Amino acid sequence: MLDCTPKEIKERTGGVINPAKTCQPIGAMYAALGIHRCLPHSHGSQGCCSYHRMHLTRHFRDPIMASTSSFTEGASVFGGGANLKTAIKNVFAIYNPDIMAVHTTCLSETIGDDLPTIIRTAEIPEGKLVIHTNTPSYQGSHVTGFSNMTKSMVNYLSEATLESKKEQVNIIPGFVNPGDMREIKRIVNTMGIKFIMFPDTSGVVDSPMTGEYVMYPRGGTRLADLKDTGNSKVTIALGSYASADAAGQLERKCGVPAVILKTPIGIKATDQLLMALRSQFAVEIPYELEEERGQLVDIMTDTHFHFHGKKVAIFGDPDIVLAMTEFVLSLGMQPIHVLTGTPATGGAIGTMVGNFEVEVQELLQEAGITGKVKAGGDLFELHQWIKNEKVDLLIGNTYGKYIARAEDLPFVRMGFPILDRSIHSYLPVVGYKGAMRLLEMISNALLERADRDARDEDFELVM
Amino acid sequence: MAVNEKVLEELLNRYPAKVKRNRKKHIIIKDAALARQEIEANTRTIPGIITNRGCAFAGCKGVVLGPLKDVVHIVHGPIGCAYYTWGTRRNKAKSEDPTKNFINYCVSTDMQESDIVFGGEKKLARMIDEVMEIFKPNCITISATCPVGLIGDDLQAVAKAAQEKHGVPILAFNCEGYKGVSQSAGHHIANNGLMEGIIGQGDWEEAPGKYPINILGEYNIGGDSWEVERILKEIGYTVIAVMTGDGSYEELKNAHVAELNLVQCHRSINYIAEMLEIKYGTPWLKVNFIGIQATIDSLRNMALYFGDPALIQKTEEVIARELARVEPIIEQYKKICQGKTAFCFVGGSRGHHYQGLFAELGIETVLAGYEFAHRDDYEGRAVIPEIKPDADTKNIPDLHVTPDERRFRLKLSPERMEELKKKIPLSDYKGMNIEMKDGSVIVDDLNHFETEEFIRLLKPDIFSSGIKDKYVVQKMGIPSKQLHSYDYSGPYAGFNGAVKFAEDITMAFVSPTWNFITPPWKNKPLLEGIVAEGGCSEC
Repeated sequence: MLDCTPKEIKERTGGVINPAKTCQPIGAMYAALGIHRCLPHSHGSQGCCSYHRMHLTRHFRDPIMASTSSFTEGASVFGGGANLKTAIKNVFAIYNPDIMAVHTTCLSETIGDDLPTIIRTAEIPEGKLVIHTNTPSYQGSHVTGFSNMTKSMVNYLSEATLESKKEQVNIIPGFVNPGDMREIKRIVNTMGIKFIMFPDTSGVVDSPMTGEYVMYPRGGTRLADLKDTGNSKVTIALGSYASADAAGQLERKCGVPAVILKTPIGIKATDQLLMALRSQFAVEIPYELEEERGQLVDIMTDTHFHFHGKKVAIFGDPDIVLAMTEFVLSLGMQPIHVLTGTPATGGAIGTMVGNFEVEVQELLQEAGITGKVKAGGDLFELHQWIKNEKVDLLIGNTYGKYIARAEDLPFVRMGFPILDRSIHSYLPVVGYKGAMRLLEMISNALLERADRDARDEDFELVM
Repeated sequence: MAVNEKVLEELLNRYPAKVKRNRKKHIIIKDAALARQEIEANTRTIPGIITNRGCAFAGCKGVVLGPLKDVVHIVHGPIGCAYYTWGTRRNKAKSEDPTKNFINYCVSTDMQESDIVFGGEKKLARMIDEVMEIFKPNCITISATCPVGLIGDDLQAVAKAAQEKHGVPILAFNCEGYKGVSQSAGHHIANNGLMEGIIGQGDWEEAPGKYPINILGEYNIGGDSWEVERILKEIGYTVIAVMTGDGSYEELKNAHVAELNLVQCHRSINYIAEMLEIKYGTPWLKVNFIGIQATIDSLRNMALYFGDPALIQKTEEVIARELARVEPIIEQYKKICQGKTAFCFVGGSRGHHYQGLFAELGIETVLAGYEFAHRDDYEGRAVIPEIKPDADTKNIPDLHVTPDERRFRLKLSPERMEELKKKIPLSDYKGMNIEMKDGSVIVDDLNHFETEEFIRLLKPDIFSSGIKDKYVVQKMGIPSKQLHSYDYSGPYAGFNGAVKFAEDITMAFVSPTWNFITPPWKNKPLLEGIVAEGGCSEC
């Protein structure tokens, strides 16, 4: 497996080998699915739309509906305006969504289609909406695309209509699974705080089996709620790469202050989310959540010898990897290789993202650990790092399985995409409950390995 | 209920007028009484229609080139296109020398904004250098994505310069996603490139064994090619090259020595088949290794082509032994599948290939169609002269080959060729429609709206298509079988494949999981009891 990857690392400048990111439009498509009765639309060649639908479907194992402008060579030369106008007409006539969320592709970006003008001059039925975002595939990554579409929701839809702000919080969950979104909502609900989550793909890409196909399932942020985000008292953006930009725009456009936190993976990041909600809304943390936290700490302390001191390599999307690094550090593990495929600057110049390498290095330094950290890296390089300094565990998306097999490593799947295992999108990795689940996954992977490798005389009943 | 013209008209009336006019030409109800039934195919999908179609890049790099295992495939463009064609198609490959198997690697120039503005040629040249240094492959392909064509990067020039520098073939494919109307354009572009740059470059002048053949249009999904090769090798054939499943540059370059080219997927590879015939005088035979009878027919036709009594006898021996082995197993599955109906909407050839296998299980295909086929895949190659090239097809250059002065050799006398053509599909394909039952529906480029509507009308027991519509259909409580990826199972080809398919399809029907769709409280009132009038008489 991966027998052509040499141990010796040489600098490469020709591109990437075995990427740890994909392109913007898929993130925009996923974000758009988080609006109720929305049909995402890909303005480009058919192939883009097809690829994005395929990959999202493989990850969620649920219908992913989206339409395309079906560019031909003619459209690429003369512009895609006519294609988009025809598409808008046909989509509303045939598929009848409440809103179409258009994203661009590298094709329509390179030819410079002016989407606002095309949309303004398109025939849109009364009461229906078309929004758009620019997602050039040659900038950032799929996370940038998610961020851009979320920001466009604010640009197009958020309105400050009241003199004073409402006692409600906007929550931008970031590029996470519907199971995570449900868990974050449960936490905020438990605290008794009114909230608007956007985008919210729960109930859309984890819809139940009823024997009937519904093109627009129950889930997704309602348009009225999206509008009302401008009246909220505060926005909590979870994950700076995926969510900070939209929160910043909401602050500029509607005067809603933005609080930017980590994706609440692990005990510290979840504590921070609860503390932020507590101070913003002056509510005490209910016992239910305190009990969950106590259970988590109980598990962490009881089983610390399962994972303490183990060396870990983590890769994936920046928000997820940053929070995961913090979590494994709080378990006493050593994340010595930390990599994201998303470039350090995230997307276009001036966007509000963090600095992945600096932030991860700060975490490592605080724990007294020396490790390799890279933004804009690829899995070929991560594999080479591992060849040069072995780890006990690999954490990342499905693509990591090749490295895990090549190097015979225990492997915990997390992040996007997971294509070779199911159910993951229904269950959370966020919050205290999610941390317990992660801990179970990590412990099991390490203990399975210990069992596999134990000699008969060392094979233990109780561990 | 059956679909008749009136029902079809009602369905189409729900479209806007322009869409209706277009889609009407892509749908026919099979009627053998009519002299001919024309279907429109390989034309543009209307913008806004939720189609299953992909792009030229997908057809070129994703389908035809990608499976070549000892070649490093560089994708020149932003990251997505390389990423989505990385390990997603299940074209399996194994290699004697694992350091020359690049199937699990994904190489992209990952173009950034500055590359789009200032051009990406230099970055591509650097990537080629790095690939040569790290992997030392014997061959490299470069596939273009949409923006590359727009900014005018000269791929051919970069490839030529790099080929001179490194001394290995470096082939560039201008398969930008906007070319043509579907994956089909990309197949054609890939066929041209392989023919021009690889096939015939080897120095073999004769085949290393008896009955040398190439297998064209077989991509080894789920190991299909390995099952087919198992049978062929046992009969005594020498497989020179498989195009392109588990295929390699090393095999492909000597493909010219074959005495017969088998064509499994007509759509994606018929160009090479035709060019091989013109250039080397090697005829092609349309085969189908999906389904037991189709496999048997294909084996017998091959034997007849070579005409050697020993080969014919060995063919019959293998058929008899395999049949005795698999038939009793299939019979068991048939008991469960008998009388059921299927939709079969796949690709550009499989929509046809799987109907026979379904029929062997007692399942009737009531609707079939292709995502990216041409009229000849429906109506047979006889219609090719009638197909008028439009603006989209004209953009894909035809490669004109001429007989190879040194290597052209008629494998059969013209008389024998004509005689055989009457018996077997030699250098010919009759298309899908001819085999479909009267009243069945044939749909080209079936879209989401029509999928929902036809399911409502025909209520099939199983739907076979791809990943994008799989879960749509399963939400309706109807099992859906991916016939692109086989739902991560397979092989489905040959005798063992038929058994595996029967097992998988049966599993889809008998899985108890379907029984839980309706919650028990949906059919039971909340409060139960008898409303007694005037008190209880029994007290």
